[in-house]
Amino acid sequence: MINSFSIEQQSPLFRFVLGLADDSVVLSHRLSEWCSNAPYLEEDIALSNVALDYIGRARMLYQYAAEIEGKEHTEDDLAYWRNEREFTNLLIHELPKGDFAFTMMRQFFLDVFYHFYLEKLVDSKDETVAAIAAKAIKETRYHLKRSEPWIRQLSEGTEESRARILRAVDELKDFVGELFEMPPWEAELLAEGISVDRSSLQKPWDDYVQKFLAVSDVDFGDSQLQIRGGRNGIHTEHLGHMLCEMQYLQRCYPTMQW
Amino acid sequence: MQVINKDEQLAMAEELAKFEQKIADEQKIEPGDWMPEAYRKNVIRQMSQHAHSEIIGMQPEGNWITRAPSLRRKAILLSKVQDEAGHGLYLYSSTETLGISRSQMIEALQSGEAKYAQIFNYPTLTWADVGAIGWLVDGAAIVNQISLQRTSYGPYARAMVRICKEESFHQRQGYEAMYALSHGTPVQKQMAQDALDRVWWPSLMMFGPHDSESAHSSQSMAWKIKRMSNDYLRQKFIDQTVPQIEVLGLAMPDPDIKWNEERGHYDSGEINWQEFKEVINGSGPCNFQRIKHHKAAHQDGEWVREAVRSYKQKQVNKEINKQNETAA
Repeated sequence: MINSFSIEQQSPLFRFVLGLADDSVVLSHRLSEWCSNAPYLEEDIALSNVALDYIGRARMLYQYAAEIEGKEHTEDDLAYWRNEREFTNLLIHELPKGDFAFTMMRQFFLDVFYHFYLEKLVDSKDETVAAIAAKAIKETRYHLKRSEPWIRQLSEGTEESRARILRAVDELKDFVGELFEMPPWEAELLAEGISVDRSSLQKPWDDYVQKFLAVSDVDFGDSQLQIRGGRNGIHTEHLGHMLCEMQYLQRCYPTMQW
Repeated sequence: MQVINKDEQLAMAEELAKFEQKIADEQKIEPGDWMPEAYRKNVIRQMSQHAHSEIIGMQPEGNWITRAPSLRRKAILLSKVQDEAGHGLYLYSSTETLGISRSQMIEALQSGEAKYAQIFNYPTLTWADVGAIGWLVDGAAIVNQISLQRTSYGPYARAMVRICKEESFHQRQGYEAMYALSHGTPVQKQMAQDALDRVWWPSLMMFGPHDSESAHSSQSMAWKIKRMSNDYLRQKFIDQTVPQIEVLGLAMPDPDIKWNEERGHYDSGEINWQEFKEVINGSGPCNFQRIKHHKAAHQDGEWVREAVRSYKQKQVNKEINKQNETAA
């Protein structure tokens, strides 16, 4: 249980690891919402698997964050006892699951991002971060192998599936830019070889995504508007509802073991 | 009406004799083998009912995935429900070896023609229900499924071997979750007791009616589709579960449970068969909701399946055009 939490007073390494953990836990929650709701039984299984990969990442990262913090908090304290202004995930992860086109388009964007990001993060000077990245990159390579054919099929399938894909791109593109922004604490860690220069990944990401989508004649276009704020606890309205659900038991029955 | 001449009749009698000899010799019936139509239908009924139970069973437990009380519990629960989906997929595929398609089976589920385990028509009201389901429902399922590892239809028997391994893990996770609750605070212990009291009776009903009342039992036993009787398996489950309740330190969910030295088994109270009938026939608390959910997910996904079909067709067309161009 966490009684008071002040993110500003935390170390750069803690904030860095916590941000990555929040990204993972929030995305895994959205993916897990598909269980028993997917268009194929095979997709119930596959989306649950991807969700499980992200829960695994979240647990490793929260455990490490708790260790860095040194206050004997647990992974669950960090996941269940911070409110919506204390969560620091990037916004794209928290957007509601939407339809299958939206979920897969977000996954494709993130898979491409993590593909580039984790490839750098495996060289982090921080051994624990590097080890977590080494495990995660294997998962992400597989996720990307799965999301690409989905985007291809839905973009070129029927008029309806294509319209849904275009709508998903439109809805997501303003949330992509935040992936490439460096918060000050991550910039600080970059000098020590611990974090990754996010801004350097924008060009490779743009090239990869635009080239892939162009084959199906889908235009990513240019996003003028970039919605940001996640790392500073400024979220969409959706996160609060997610946390209400996710944290309900811990908050109703404080200090209990499950 | 199909007219069968004498030669054909003789040939069929020969096939039937061979089939029955195989059953008597404990050999497996395999997909390509000759089998009586009634056997085929009986196995389809049982296997598809099993598959549907796995799939509908995802809903009551899935109800707690987004509210699991810790990251560890959430990962375990999501894995477990994913396993159930896997079992469903595995069983649908095995049933397809009998000449019925997955979409036909799903249609039968949605129209109410095919049944699924009545237990999943009860709501999961608290977190403890997730533990109770893993422990009792998966526990009851294993007792039944262990005997089915020796069922006469080969693909079903082999599916059971793998499924039993996973179910046994599910049961342990459920029991462990119940143990954490019953050894937690008084509030948690009460939650565990309440779940046990509610899930106990429907779990006993999972074994089906008394042997004397069971509509499909005698033929299924003769063909060795079913290996042990409903009442035998139910008793086995009660006998193994009562000591587990004692370890949890919870009160017995049935005041009539007591050890009978003479029989070497636990005695227990009578099941409310009226409730069993009502739930089986569609009037349980969640029957409507479960099928509605299944239909809605299926309908929501139709545009995706349509897109996949259309994409495939376009690829085929492209290939044909390419070949035509090369030929020209």
